[in-house]
Amino acid sequence: MKEQNLADLEAAFNEKLKQDIRIEPKDWMPDAYRKTLIRQISQHAHSEIVGMLPEGNWITRAPNLRRKAVLLAKVQDEAGHGQYLYSAMETLGFSREQSIDDMHTGKAKYSSIFNYPTLTWADMGAVGWLVDGAAIMNQVPLCRTSYGPYARAMVRICKEESFHQRQGYEIMCTLMKGSEDQKAMAQDALNRFWWPALMMFGPSDAESTHTQQSIDWKIKRHTNDELRQMFVDASVPQAQLIGLTIPDPDLKWNEERGHYDFGEIDWEEFKQVVSGNGPCNAERIAARVKAKEEGMWVREAAMAYAEKKKAKKAS
Amino acid sequence: MAGKEWPLWEVFIRSKQGLNHKHVGSIHAADAEMAVENARDVYTRRSEGISIWVVESSQVFASDPADSDALFEPANSKIYRHPTFYEVPDGVGHM
Repeated sequence: MKEQNLADLEAAFNEKLKQDIRIEPKDWMPDAYRKTLIRQISQHAHSEIVGMLPEGNWITRAPNLRRKAVLLAKVQDEAGHGQYLYSAMETLGFSREQSIDDMHTGKAKYSSIFNYPTLTWADMGAVGWLVDGAAIMNQVPLCRTSYGPYARAMVRICKEESFHQRQGYEIMCTLMKGSEDQKAMAQDALNRFWWPALMMFGPSDAESTHTQQSIDWKIKRHTNDELRQMFVDASVPQAQLIGLTIPDPDLKWNEERGHYDFGEIDWEEFKQVVSGNGPCNAERIAARVKAKEEGMWVREAAMAYAEKKKAKKAS
Repeated sequence: MAGKEWPLWEVFIRSKQGLNHKHVGSIHAADAEMAVENARDVYTRRSEGISIWVVESSQVFASDPADSDALFEPANSKIYRHPTFYEVPDGVGHM
């Protein structure tokens, strides 16, 4: 392509971003923009899929039929969200199969939160309330992200996600109205999930390598630290309302800023979990690889059957 | 499944009687019947539709955004196709 032509295309692309006109699959886009989107959307899709594992762990042990039906519906939604996102990613010309293989080899990441175990029923409350709550904080601004298929997938996901957070908070409310043991179980779940939930927003702005470019491209609309602050400000009163204590001695309302101040995140732990050394990294990947390998014959058989039917119809 | 990934299908949903089928996304499936079932599971978990169309993505032929100017220009220049092009006296009322 001629240099002048490329400059024109790039100018037209930037003009669209400036005017908040969405970029669509067949439009010209810079390679780096495409790569950033593939990385972000696939990471997001993998998170939805791996995110089914910690909750799937409790489906057979839900305390009653209502909770079981709800949890089943929630986990099914996560599978659906993964599908919307993989389908958005494929519009960028990257294959789903390749993307899944990249997750299995560790080349592609998923949210570090899913590398923590879900030890008690209260964890289903903490995960729905905090993990889905943090995800919503991240995802609502993504409904206005500059790439059309990603934005449209996020609109669908956000519509479905609010039930996830409410059902989790409801579990916490119910436990907090229960026995001393049940209250302790809820508090313990909060203690274990609070800090990992804050880590979901990623490294601090000073450390984040992708943030500025992604904001210029209008892929991201807020920085990691802005979103994290919004999450803390929203969650603290919710905890207080039902008698839970946020496990952070440095947490206090800052009148001047109009926000909560909170303690330093253990970035070393974050680094360890992201780089594969969290409590469940190996287990999660092993479960995904097993699902892919053991389901392979089914997918092959379905394809062979479809081809046979097609051949029969043609003859 | 080296090279044997299920084909991609575009999904169109009619949300209620009287409206068009509208593109909602895509899914993978071995054949058309399975594509409808998968589309049902992925795109209509909350009664978003009463009818589904699926079309194999490879069968869709799309216009090229780079040709948009030439392709759509003939419509842009024919403003006399719009009612506001015509002047009528104020007294005529709604027309």
